[in-house]
Amino acid sequence: MDALITPAIEHPVQELDTRTDTRDYLAHARRDAEAKGFADWLIVDIDAHHVESVSWAEITSYIEDPVVRHQAEMYQSERVGAPPYGLNGDLGLRYQDVGGRIPHQSSQREVVEEKDVHRDVVLTRRAMHGLAVDYMVIFPTPMLFLGMHPQTEMEVFLSRAYNRWLTERVLPGDPGMVTLVVLPFNTPDEALKMVEEFADVPSVIGFCVTSTRYKPVHSNEYMKLYRAIEESGKPIAFHAGYHWQDPSLATCNTFLGMHSLGFAWCNIVHMTNWILNGIPERFPKLKSMWVESGLSWVPFLMQRLDDQYLMRQSEAPLLKRMPSEYMADNCFYSCQPMEQSNMKALECTFEMINAKDQLLFSSDWPHFDFDTPNVIYDLPFLDEQSKRNILGLNAAKLFNLNVNGPK
Amino acid sequence: MQTYRIGLVSEFEDRTKKVFNLGESEVGVFRLGKRFYAWYNTCPHQGGPVCQGRMYPRVLENLDENKKSHGRLYDENDLNIVCPWHGLEFDVRTGKHPGNEGIALDPLPVQIDGGEIYVVVGE
Repeated sequence: MDALITPAIEHPVQELDTRTDTRDYLAHARRDAEAKGFADWLIVDIDAHHVESVSWAEITSYIEDPVVRHQAEMYQSERVGAPPYGLNGDLGLRYQDVGGRIPHQSSQREVVEEKDVHRDVVLTRRAMHGLAVDYMVIFPTPMLFLGMHPQTEMEVFLSRAYNRWLTERVLPGDPGMVTLVVLPFNTPDEALKMVEEFADVPSVIGFCVTSTRYKPVHSNEYMKLYRAIEESGKPIAFHAGYHWQDPSLATCNTFLGMHSLGFAWCNIVHMTNWILNGIPERFPKLKSMWVESGLSWVPFLMQRLDDQYLMRQSEAPLLKRMPSEYMADNCFYSCQPMEQSNMKALECTFEMINAKDQLLFSSDWPHFDFDTPNVIYDLPFLDEQSKRNILGLNAAKLFNLNVNGPK
Repeated sequence: MQTYRIGLVSEFEDRTKKVFNLGESEVGVFRLGKRFYAWYNTCPHQGGPVCQGRMYPRVLENLDENKKSHGRLYDENDLNIVCPWHGLEFDVRTGKHPGNEGIALDPLPVQIDGGEIYVVVGE
């Protein structure tokens, strides 16, 4: 060995686990962001999550029905070994972390010493810093199953309680944190009331339907709701989810298989009904967003619907254009989890969905298949303006956000 | 090119790792049996801190002679480092993804001299 030997310095964070600070977890993303100059880019993450069930006792205190609220209080204070009050879902079928391989998916038990804002604000700020995000749209996590709740009134109680809690207790903590109000879609009149109640709240930039549900989106019951959302000028989002109890998906024995199909399938069904029943023709200014299904399903469905539509136009008489044209011109898509194993296919997908104008960056942090802004920035077939559009400017236009970031 | 003294061989137990800052580079050093391996702490998938992940034995499907499955098994002979960002696994010996050898970690040369471990950056 020669004399020019330098002692190695041990990294201060040897292993990332469920207690690791988000800033350490995302240190590589932050380093990349600084190297690429993201401080000069507007970056809008239109789909990130917090774990609302951690704050469930706070949320259920916002339930308006006094009897249900009291039941929730008693349940939360006395019941042992039970999931959060009133929540349906998959209980223990949560294998997203692949047996501990992806710890940040399981929990964020990091130290939070700040007391001036809600803990979720601190965690979100740390993620925004790591990902160099200016605006982050916050979605719930277990509540994504609410569309399958056997008690439709509970979907109403819980979604209203959550929306009120989020907009009153959490979002005021940071001007960069915004949300799409969760709609109790199985009760259209209540969904309409939700729009009327929250449409003018500054931190509410749109409305969200959790996509795992069986009620058809073209039902006449929804026309007043769509009219109200169109008039609000804010978009409606269909946030995908999985549902392992769906009989067809129940044949999948792995989370890998079920998750791959489930997160696309619900939006494939809703998009099919949305387009073929002419919702974009009935409400031409209503903007729809299709969230967390990735992108590869879109070219598949465009081709499938176009091919069948030409043979059976009489079944979709409201359409004046090909289904794929509505999907490219009237619909917005979030990119995550963006399929990248075939770059030619991805480039073709970007062309087909008119990505430079219709695609929106989303991270899905802190979930196991999250994306960083690099997935867009590093694409070899995009020019810089397209990258800037997708990473932030498209969202700024859609949501009427400040292109210079939050004040 | 810069050589870094990592430490004594005896400071690493079998099937363990440590992560180091070597100049501007982050590097994971792994011991498996009597051999040492060094990989840059950057996942080829999305740039995640792969060497700061957990290690798992490789998982195998337990098929019998009739090709019926009897679940899965750990192969204790093969140890994988798992990127904590997205779960991509890499064989500690080869640096290759067990399902796609075209996806692999970036290696660094390791030298053992006088019971001490050295890693060369920038070779």
